[in-house]
Amino acid sequence: MVIENKLVKKLATTTLIVLASLFSATSMAAQDITIGFVYVSPIGDAGWTYQHDLGRLEMEKNTGVTTKYVENVPEGPDAERVIREMAKRGDKVIFATSFGYMNPMLKVSKQFPDTAFVHATGYKMGKNMGLYNARFYEGRYLTGVIAGEVTKSNVLGYVAAFPIPEVLQGINAFIQGARSVNPKAELRVIWVNSWFDPGKERQASMTLMSQGADVITHHTDSTAVVQAAEERGKYAFGYHSDMSKYGSTAHLTAATHHWGNYYTKVVKAAIAGNWKPENVWGGYKEGMIKLAPLNPSLPAELRNRIASMEKQLTAGTLHPFAGPVVDQDGKIRVVAGETMSDGDLSGMDYYVEGVVSKL
Amino acid sequence: MLRLEPRAQPSQLMSYASPLLAIVLMLIGGLILFSALGKDPVEGFRIFFISPLSDIYGVGELFLKATPLMLIAIGLAVGFRANIWNIGAEGQYIMGGVAGSAVALYFYESEGPHILFLMIVAGSVGGMLWASIPAFLKTRFNTNEILVSLMLVYVAQLAVSWLVHGPMMDPDGFNFPQSRMFEESAILPILIKGTRLNAAFLFALSALVVGYIFMYRSFLGFQMQVAGNAKNAARYAGFSAKRMVWIGLLSGGGMAGIAGISEVAGPMGQITEHISSNYGFAAIIVAFVARLNPIGIFFASLLMALLYLGGEQAQQYMNLPSSISNVFQGMLLMFLLGSDVFINYRLTWKRG
Repeated sequence: MVIENKLVKKLATTTLIVLASLFSATSMAAQDITIGFVYVSPIGDAGWTYQHDLGRLEMEKNTGVTTKYVENVPEGPDAERVIREMAKRGDKVIFATSFGYMNPMLKVSKQFPDTAFVHATGYKMGKNMGLYNARFYEGRYLTGVIAGEVTKSNVLGYVAAFPIPEVLQGINAFIQGARSVNPKAELRVIWVNSWFDPGKERQASMTLMSQGADVITHHTDSTAVVQAAEERGKYAFGYHSDMSKYGSTAHLTAATHHWGNYYTKVVKAAIAGNWKPENVWGGYKEGMIKLAPLNPSLPAELRNRIASMEKQLTAGTLHPFAGPVVDQDGKIRVVAGETMSDGDLSGMDYYVEGVVSKL
Repeated sequence: MLRLEPRAQPSQLMSYASPLLAIVLMLIGGLILFSALGKDPVEGFRIFFISPLSDIYGVGELFLKATPLMLIAIGLAVGFRANIWNIGAEGQYIMGGVAGSAVALYFYESEGPHILFLMIVAGSVGGMLWASIPAFLKTRFNTNEILVSLMLVYVAQLAVSWLVHGPMMDPDGFNFPQSRMFEESAILPILIKGTRLNAAFLFALSALVVGYIFMYRSFLGFQMQVAGNAKNAARYAGFSAKRMVWIGLLSGGGMAGIAGISEVAGPMGQITEHISSNYGFAAIIVAFVARLNPIGIFFASLLMALLYLGGEQAQQYMNLPSSISNVFQGMLLMFLLGSDVFINYRLTWKRG
């Protein structure tokens, strides 16, 4: 008996060692694969790039590959050199996470046909260049519903960077959500003409609150808006990241971005050799958009309602731009019973009803 | 004890040695910095200063990045020598890019060498027009050209932002703030195949030669130098101060404008809000490191460009933060200002 036991033990350990060495052999191979990320700003501790970096780390954990990034890359000629350097050193997949990298990446992708290039928020694809983006407006709609419920003054405020479709989708979804529960709600927008300018963002927040806004949010990259609301005792929604630590009372929730799953999928496909360029526009269903934990001060009924709307967004039964959608000038953009097409969404260049500022 | 003693005459030797001393000190500072960050300093040095130039593409990038710096710095040096302080080359660079782009977009879908030629002319005129505002205000109302030219940088940034969101926006571009990609006929020819180095580098070299002749061999250049060194002597000799203001600002503006259109018609291939990479400000550092000397400008531009490229490499291969380039630039400038003390002073040892 004793001898048998020893034998079994020995066998078991040998198998374990063999298995372990097999596994480590595969993980060695994965480690040798490098994946490059191009970031438009420093990673910081909240915001657009920060969320992409969380996605990078999650993907790295899921796949065992080695990732490298360059932060603060200007969206001009320098980007081409950075992307090219990544391709030249043999990165399997390169993710470029800002709109301005589109044309440089397209150029480099033609010179390195065996590399997978993936570009966020653009519109040009190539033989080996795919696109991805998220339906940020889905999260915006939910924050709009909350805003419509909690506002006392019926004036909402929005600090925004540039009037491109993605930003307008967010603004319009926000007021659509608010007016779905509070038809008296109106929205004021201030453009700061910068993606990151805490000083201007703060000033714009103060102006909005002086004009009566008691719930504000932003489509810019800093935490200044949430901080300003906290200071003045008003409410705010974060964007990109959970910003609750910058205003525990003011921060009701945030529409947050989640790229880890998508990055994992792309990298796994590329390793398996079956990656194809795609145009991915993911939302709640794909797990790219989520709300940060709701502020405990919100009533339970509202929290439940938001939770069920999240389920509807995931199931595809709720669409923030379901008709009727009427623009600011009274023109009908989507008739009742229909929803806005992706094509119309990506060309959005107007405010919907309820926005009192002018474009 | 050691003390600084004023020299009877500023030291010629030190005025040339001080930039070299600054470079050496910057390198030593860099080595210390790498060790402090826990990186192998020798490896850091190799990645920062050698590996960007490991192939022909890298060398091409170095000259590409140095080209706008050379163009702007030589233009500025003409004015700086006469104490005309054009701090707004960044704005003139942008307006040159805008004016040249307008030509390119006007001739969209047509062919011919005249397009590029007109673009470059428009670029330099655009830069000069922008520089003529501080020139006019200074000669007419005696305003401070430092303030006016600097403020106009922000106006230019807002103007280009408005243009690419409006009249210059790509009609098929989903409202994204950028122009169409230029046609082949509006792109500067590439000098070395497989790199991005384009004809603008030749403009920069010619500008350095012309600048040299103007500054050291022409009567006007001499007048400007006198005005810079001894204002009253220049006035006494009857040199027109107004004319010098105009020449100083227009040369800076014109060259910055050419740099702007060269960037747009070169590596960018379109105009966007991101046309400015702070070349207009970096060129001021270049001009001073170079002692306003064209040969110095050539080398200082290359050094400055190398600091940008090295910073990128350090990020990619050493996981250092992006601010590493700025740290090196800052060290260079700081050590230069420090070393410059020895032009007018010398160290002496006095007992007791």
